[in-house]
Amino acid sequence: MSEIQVRVNGRSEQVGDATLAALLARHDIGLDTRGVAVALNGAVLPRDRWMLTALHADDRIEIVQARQGG
Amino acid sequence: MATDIHDDPLVIAGRTFTSRLFLGTAGYPNQKAMLDAVKASGTEMTTASIRRIDLTGAAESLVDVLAGAVHFLPNTAGCQTARDAVLTAELAREALDTNWVKVEVIGDRELLYPDVEELLRATAELVDKGFVVLPYCTDDPIACRKLADAGAAAVMPLGSPIGSGLGISNPHMIEMICARSAVPVVLDAGIGTASDAALAMELGCSAVLLNTAVSKANDPVRMAMAMRHAVAGGRLAHLAGRIPRRRNAEASSPQLGLIES
Repeated sequence: MSEIQVRVNGRSEQVGDATLAALLARHDIGLDTRGVAVALNGAVLPRDRWMLTALHADDRIEIVQARQGG
Repeated sequence: MATDIHDDPLVIAGRTFTSRLFLGTAGYPNQKAMLDAVKASGTEMTTASIRRIDLTGAAESLVDVLAGAVHFLPNTAGCQTARDAVLTAELAREALDTNWVKVEVIGDRELLYPDVEELLRATAELVDKGFVVLPYCTDDPIACRKLADAGAAAVMPLGSPIGSGLGISNPHMIEMICARSAVPVVLDAGIGTASDAALAMELGCSAVLLNTAVSKANDPVRMAMAMRHAVAGGRLAHLAGRIPRRRNAEASSPQLGLIES
């Protein structure tokens, strides 16, 4: 698969990952990582769909985590 | 008669709380102080925020250190539109496996004051999507009523601006909100010290949510303990019923049987 450009947490990345799950795995995020959620192009992508979701050029991916808060 | 606080549980959306104190997890000197303060406070629910993960090296997540010990109440802090608040709530539900959310929609970055119009929109939409919504709102009885009508599980009026420590700037209105509200009222924001938390409960609030007063105290763990007692004491005082204020003294010792010298 040729490389495409996507945005991950606001930064451009050249990626060759076949799926969103592969991209997340490169960032040490697996299906069993707790406290994490992903939005793709402005909508939440439940983790049971990470493996099934192919990446496309200019996809906007937000990877978030529960952090301290008030 | 409810003389034991354990006979007086708080129920929000079917979840029973023994402690009427909800605690924030931000701004502590270190993680150990946060965990010790959470424990000392006796709280059963702590707030959390949803932020971009640090991709350069994931820090230990809040979930790893607190899961199982308390319920999480994720917030939508920093959101300025209903749309952002809804997406943040949906991310929180996925990340924390809870449909509870503290909805914050801020209309002014300096005052961190709620934008009631957007807040109402976000609340209605999230209720529709199956969330248990606790909106952070103004100390405005009409806004609180509209939020409850929109399906909020509780309303959380501010005492004074977030992090200000100014206490409850309009106690009369908080009391009016509590007297009229169809849902529990949680005093959120502005608490500076234990007496502020006790006052909130005396005014009729069902619970208090605070963060900075504990996390930025010289001794957060001791202040957490103070808040625990203040909230419990204020609640008991509210249930007990305060005496009326009077202009002149009224002797508490008997007036008859005074000696002559």
